[in-house]
Amino acid sequence: MTTQTLSLAPWLVATPLLGAALLLLVGRRSDRWGHWIGVLASTATFVIGLVILLAMLALPAEERTADHVVTTWLDAGGLSVDLGFRVDPLSMTFVMLVTFVGTLIHVYSVAYMSHDRDRRRFFAYLNLFVAAMLLLVLADNYLLLFVGWEGVGLASYLLIGFWDHRLPNAVAGKKAFLMNRVGDMGLIVAMMLMVATFGTLSFAGVHEAASGASQGTTTAIGLMLLLAACGKSAQLPLQAWLGDAMAGPTPVSALIHAATMVTAGVYLLVRSGPILEVAPDAQLVIAIVGTLTLLFGAIVGCAKDDIKKALAASTMSQIGYMMLAAGLGPVGYAFAIFHLVTHGFFKAGLFLGAGSVMHAMDDDVDMRRFGGLARLLPVTAITMGLGWLAILGVPPFSGFYSKDKIIETAFVGEGWQPWVFGFAALLGAGITAYYMSRLVFMTFAGRRRWSGESGGDLPERHPHESPALMTWPMIILAVGSVGLGFFLNAGDRLVHWLEPVTGHTEGSGHHEPVLAVPVIMTLTLVLVVVGAALAFWQYATRPVSTEPPAAPALVRAARVDLHQDDVNETFVMLPGQYLTRSMVFADRTAVDAGWLGLAGGIGRLGTWLRGMQSGYARQYAAITLGGLGVIVLVVWLVSGTAS
Amino acid sequence: MELTNYLYLAVILFALGATTVLLRRNAIVVFMGIELMLNATNLALVTFARMHGDITGQVLAFFVMVVAAAEVVVGLAIIVTIFRARRSASVDDANLLKS
Repeated sequence: MTTQTLSLAPWLVATPLLGAALLLLVGRRSDRWGHWIGVLASTATFVIGLVILLAMLALPAEERTADHVVTTWLDAGGLSVDLGFRVDPLSMTFVMLVTFVGTLIHVYSVAYMSHDRDRRRFFAYLNLFVAAMLLLVLADNYLLLFVGWEGVGLASYLLIGFWDHRLPNAVAGKKAFLMNRVGDMGLIVAMMLMVATFGTLSFAGVHEAASGASQGTTTAIGLMLLLAACGKSAQLPLQAWLGDAMAGPTPVSALIHAATMVTAGVYLLVRSGPILEVAPDAQLVIAIVGTLTLLFGAIVGCAKDDIKKALAASTMSQIGYMMLAAGLGPVGYAFAIFHLVTHGFFKAGLFLGAGSVMHAMDDDVDMRRFGGLARLLPVTAITMGLGWLAILGVPPFSGFYSKDKIIETAFVGEGWQPWVFGFAALLGAGITAYYMSRLVFMTFAGRRRWSGESGGDLPERHPHESPALMTWPMIILAVGSVGLGFFLNAGDRLVHWLEPVTGHTEGSGHHEPVLAVPVIMTLTLVLVVVGAALAFWQYATRPVSTEPPAAPALVRAARVDLHQDDVNETFVMLPGQYLTRSMVFADRTAVDAGWLGLAGGIGRLGTWLRGMQSGYARQYAAITLGGLGVIVLVVWLVSGTAS
Repeated sequence: MELTNYLYLAVILFALGATTVLLRRNAIVVFMGIELMLNATNLALVTFARMHGDITGQVLAFFVMVVAAAEVVVGLAIIVTIFRARRSASVDDANLLKS
């Protein structure tokens, strides 16, 4: 790649950052045109990314990885960290996903947020998010990645709590931030271990040194990276923030909490592949975490009546698939990224559709009060329908290619693992089909449950299709949901494209699944059809109650996210509070009391000694003489005993 | 004559001086006590110089004399000034520095 093209890389980060800075600094004066600045910055970033991508495509595969070092950032003794950008197929995949989906969502937000007083501030934060996310994926070392990592955390916090005049939203933002902090600690510890063991933080240095390190070290680093990924990607046990994050405006949920930021954990693990390669235990834990989360999210998704929270649970579950793939080693990396890209498209499309439905339903999110909207919101219904088929994995929609690949890969291996992971992934696909179909049928099919005529005390509503600025991004994303999988899968295009990063994943000869591929595919499709049919029978052919009906224990548990908050509060929050309270108590009664007592004692001693300052010169003289006498006596005694 | 006798004399003179300083209130008399203590010390120094055949003690005695002379000048000036201001030469009355 020419240096000229490469030197464009910093502008990928700088452009949206400048946009955000401009919007925040100019302030209210830019209220009327600020959102277009945001759209412009995002579009310009996409164009820059496209230029670099085209230049990269013209190169042979082995020359596609390049580092562009702007300057030395930190130079501290043995440790030197560059302000450098890694431009390679993996980072460019993310750049294209983030900027393309991001730009569409910027455009959508112009209309979606048009009635909001703070639309300009919203766009400033969106631009800030794009800048931070691009810094995260373009950094050529872990420390700079961490800056982007924290940046997206900040943008996520600001955007979840965007309507912070409502207390639950502010609390949700804080919750997301705090849970992310726990994950961040993992990344910090991982970096400490890298500095201690390898003496460097650059991807190139660490990955080269990793193969020579002891397995204990790499496993520790791998597990810490997993902790970081769990925080950002809402995986067990740090998944509880994602559902609440839906308090943010819907475009934020689409961009940050579905398509891009939450996939940062998957990026981190795929990027750290060479470390995980020599840490099989960590890989196994990653796969287990992914499997558990994909089932957890799927089960929660089945019971949620809030359209956004159902989608959030689905996101959690789909990222679980990606984590599972990332835990399966080099065979899985490319498929994790593949699913990440297709998921980015169809999930963003589904969220934008949900936003469009909410727009029509006066910001109501309860699907039990939707129903029969297909005829009134035709564009939304069709685009969401395409996204639905994509996430179900119906051929030839994009989810079919990416998810089936992960399920097949899960069946690869020896011993118990392929059977457990494989069938869990298979089961997840069936449940996914059920809850996504439930969402679609509850919203668009069945009887209308939202207006006064249904007999309830609901307000009169007049649903209408969203304006063109909102429907066009949805249409484009729907096109991506339909065709992207086929396009990227044709001739293993994405897999070969990612090969310089993920390593050579060919040689299917010794990566044969324990079940024949056609069997797996058939089983998946059967489960998907069964799930969808069940949802159709329950929610399209039979009347849906507007209140959540009585349900068995599992459903009730799933409605409250399988008691995730109770678990966190019981096992983490309360012990933490007791710990801090007892620390405060110990501090007051032991430490403070000790030092205050000492200080008080010295004060009293001083008061007593002050009494000696009588002001009588003769008394001072007597004390001096007495002291002299004591000294003479001591010297005499000491010299007497010495001799 | 035994040289130690000079030392006994020095101790007696020093004790007399110290007692004067501690017991008398009149600043002039206290001052005289101090002078007596200084001269007792001088006597001891000279005696030690003699005992050791070393001139250092005598040199030190000269220093003490010079310093004592300067001290007398300054000290008497202070006493006179205090007496003029407060109509008293008692050391017990001069306790203004104690708040």
